[in-house]
Amino acid sequence: MYATRARQARPEAFTARPSIAERLGLPYMDGALMLSAVALAAFSVFVLSQTTVHDVPGSPNYFADRQAIYVGLGVVGMYLLTRVDYSRFRELRVGIYTFLCVSISLVFVFGFVARGSRRAFDLPFFSFQPSELGKLLLALALAGFVIDGARRGFDRRRTLRYLAFGLVPAALVFLQPDLGTSLVFGAITLAVMYVGGARWTHLAAIGAAAVALATVVLVVAPAVGTPVLKGYQEERLTSFLHPGEDSSDADYQQNQAKIAIGSGQKTGRGDRATQTRLDFVPERHTDFIFAVIGERYGFGGAALVLSLYALLIWRALRIVTLSKNSYGTLVAGGIAAMLLFQVFVNVGMNLGIMPITGIPLPLMSYGGSSVLATFLAIGVLQSIHMQARLSQKGRFAW
Amino acid sequence: MYLRSDERGPRMNNRLALRIAAFGGLALVLFAVLFVRLWFLQVISGEEYLAEANNNRIREFRVSAPRGEILDRDGNVLVQNRTSLALQVNPRKLPANTARRRAELARLGALTHTSLRRVRRTMRKRLMLAPSAPVTLRRDVGHYLVYYLQENQDRFPGVEVRRVFVRDYPQGTLAAHLFGNVGEVSEEQLKAPRHRGLEPGDAVGQDGVEYQYDGDLRGRAGATRIQVDSLGRPTPGGRLKVLKPAPGGNLRLTIDSSLQEAGDAALSGQGLPGAYVAMNARNGEILAMGSNPSFDPTVFTRPLTQGQVDELYRDPVLSPLTNRAIAGAYPTGSSFKPITSVAALASGAATVDEPILDDGAFTLGGITFQNAGGAAYGTIAMQTALRVSSDVFYYTLGDRMYPGTALQTWARRLGIGSETGIDLPGEQPGLLPTPAWRNDLYREGLTDRPWSAGDNVNLAVGQGDLQTDPLQMAVAYATIANGGKVPRPHVGMQVEDAAGRVLREIAPAAAGRVRIDRGWRETILAGLHDAAQSPGGTSYGVFGGFPVPVAGKTGTAERPPHADQSWYVVLAPYPNPEIVVAVTFEQGGFGSDTAAPAALRILSEHFGKSAKPVEAGEGAVE
Repeated sequence: MYATRARQARPEAFTARPSIAERLGLPYMDGALMLSAVALAAFSVFVLSQTTVHDVPGSPNYFADRQAIYVGLGVVGMYLLTRVDYSRFRELRVGIYTFLCVSISLVFVFGFVARGSRRAFDLPFFSFQPSELGKLLLALALAGFVIDGARRGFDRRRTLRYLAFGLVPAALVFLQPDLGTSLVFGAITLAVMYVGGARWTHLAAIGAAAVALATVVLVVAPAVGTPVLKGYQEERLTSFLHPGEDSSDADYQQNQAKIAIGSGQKTGRGDRATQTRLDFVPERHTDFIFAVIGERYGFGGAALVLSLYALLIWRALRIVTLSKNSYGTLVAGGIAAMLLFQVFVNVGMNLGIMPITGIPLPLMSYGGSSVLATFLAIGVLQSIHMQARLSQKGRFAW
Repeated sequence: MYLRSDERGPRMNNRLALRIAAFGGLALVLFAVLFVRLWFLQVISGEEYLAEANNNRIREFRVSAPRGEILDRDGNVLVQNRTSLALQVNPRKLPANTARRRAELARLGALTHTSLRRVRRTMRKRLMLAPSAPVTLRRDVGHYLVYYLQENQDRFPGVEVRRVFVRDYPQGTLAAHLFGNVGEVSEEQLKAPRHRGLEPGDAVGQDGVEYQYDGDLRGRAGATRIQVDSLGRPTPGGRLKVLKPAPGGNLRLTIDSSLQEAGDAALSGQGLPGAYVAMNARNGEILAMGSNPSFDPTVFTRPLTQGQVDELYRDPVLSPLTNRAIAGAYPTGSSFKPITSVAALASGAATVDEPILDDGAFTLGGITFQNAGGAAYGTIAMQTALRVSSDVFYYTLGDRMYPGTALQTWARRLGIGSETGIDLPGEQPGLLPTPAWRNDLYREGLTDRPWSAGDNVNLAVGQGDLQTDPLQMAVAYATIANGGKVPRPHVGMQVEDAAGRVLREIAPAAAGRVRIDRGWRETILAGLHDAAQSPGGTSYGVFGGFPVPVAGKTGTAERPPHADQSWYVVLAPYPNPEIVVAVTFEQGGFGSDTAAPAALRILSEHFGKSAKPVEAGEGAVE
């Protein structure tokens, strides 16, 4: 495999007196990545300010104000992480992994129950959901473990071991229960292994096993009377396969979201939107915020948002290729997969082609943990980008 | 771009580049899927989804129009409306989830003090009749319940309280058979052209004049369109459009309430099943019409109890819902003789003053027919034959008209044996026996003999297979009395708006004309007058002391296995009658015993004069 250079790359001393921008590190950051992330977050605040006016009586900007604060914190966090050499995280992989598992486990003890699920701690100012930050932590730790064994190749034992590393936190999250986030954990795990060079045959075997598991969970287990999923979870996962039967709440939600988006047509309904204004679409500030965009701003607005995500993910993938070391490549791969998976599943669920799994739309859905964690992940991407640029300084003109 | 490995330095090898490229390719495909799907939803199917969104947010509340009132000819209210709050369940808006639907219905049952089983049974029954129509669980719910439901709307999706109009009958059972009931339009009825524009749950007339004049009475429902949120709550300022309901027109009947009251009393006073008709002999306006046993029309404004169903539907003999005045099927006995007279005179079988010997018995093919009571009247002409109701005289006429169908032809022309065309549903044609009818039955083996002279002889005195009703007899008598105009009886007079302006006159043209010579008419009416008001007449004992000159005929028909059917048909005032009254009682015995006194009560009311008692004397009993 390829060698790691975690400690090798150090920026050369500047000869000329650096400008303020240079001191801030701005020339070494990925501007397009930054722009798309901040634009999406800003749009999120705007949409929330438009659509949640009547949600909390007495404070029309309840959600928008809070989201703005989370975005501000996120941007600061992103910038701070940009200046940190991500390679340090490889050294801290065991600690990170331990923190990840412990923090998720603590939710079972100290977490509060919201909608039948125990996912978050109640902190003084906001509730913190460890599994959101956990997505980034998993990418950082798992990439470290994979790099450790990279020289020894990917035999079956290693594949299983990395898989286990990913599945332990995924299982913990699943038990909260938070099916959506555990699937994101799975996607990150697979992506890191994939970029890290896991054998195609192993990947295929894992894919087959996943399909078999899904079949057992969704079809066989309920049939023999030992359901693994909660009723609502199963309903959500399967209802999109037979739309229009209108038999369940899940189908209702999805149908309403579809109607909302469709009714937006090309230019959107603006303030005359009814689906997302009159409560027909549930969770319109979180999981179904894309339906709000689709209805209010039409194909124009929704396509713009999708394009920003495409830009974001393209830049993330580009950073995968730019990284100065393999650790960066794997981390960036994991983060890119995390973003792609969440965007596709969430938007797909809004559009009625993916099941309802409760995965937030990164940077758009209301929620401090998710916004903050996504910005931090982008900060790590920026750090990889910056380290790469610094290590190649003078060789390329960007 | 990813493959420019020369720029990536040693870290990028080909295998990694391939993997990243595949990753990028996957991302590209996924985004393409999202874009295509977005395009499909918003640009290609946008219109449909917009329509669905509007369908979601706009609730149309139908505001039922008040149904027109039904008045008598003087404007007295016979049928009016009262508003009632009805608790309805809209099955389309109930929760789709079975358990939650059950729970909601159970809550609803608890509120209305009904068991869940009963609620579900009601729903099932109603939904079988009209799938997806709102089911009315309860009428006349109290205001407290309405407030409770409004405050807890989110717990009762699909439950609505609707202000409905319920029929109210200030005169009780008066003329109950005429009105018919009003009920929710059925799925089957909705397909009929006469119910175009209606929706499930709307009320339409199901019988009687409510059915006949439904289009005039119904009015047009209005609608309010309101924007609602997902819980069905109206949103502030969300009233979109209001279409005011147009109330139905009032229907003025030809019925005279006081006459109707007298008639109903006379009818029920006998305690026998029977019917009567009082009709304007010139234009066919029904002044009163009744049938006994009767019923309380208000029972149909609420769901029927089992006991009521049994009482109204299960008794084939009493059958209180049947209007015997238009659907009875009785032989008439001697009341038929004026009709036979017309047929005989018109066909030349007899002349008005031709004497015929009545020796008390008439023999035909070895069978002897006798006068009632074995009387013999000697040689008599038609006027006397009518006065004393000589059977032998009419047997002879019946025999003279055999073979041939003169008797049937003229009876039919006068309205016997076919529907009169009255503006009430449920009229029955009855049966006028003809040679063809009996011979057909005989050919099919349904009877033991073909048509014979005996049948014609029997029909001549209103016996045998004849089946008719008071309305047909009234029409026949009126036609003779008015000189040949066959009136089309009707109960509707005009449709008015609320201010009394006439919207539509109901004056159907005569059903036909027949030629009746003045001489025939005078002879027949004179005979009938004698029968009623000259000593020796069959009903002299009843009408002898009545100050208004009348012309009336009794009838006592054998109707095995029942006791005799009692008839009386009377025209007044003689000699230019304006009103005809026909009364019949099942098992009433002699016409002069039950039917004639009832007819007298009706005429007394009509003319405002009562009869002085007379000594019946030597009156024949037909």
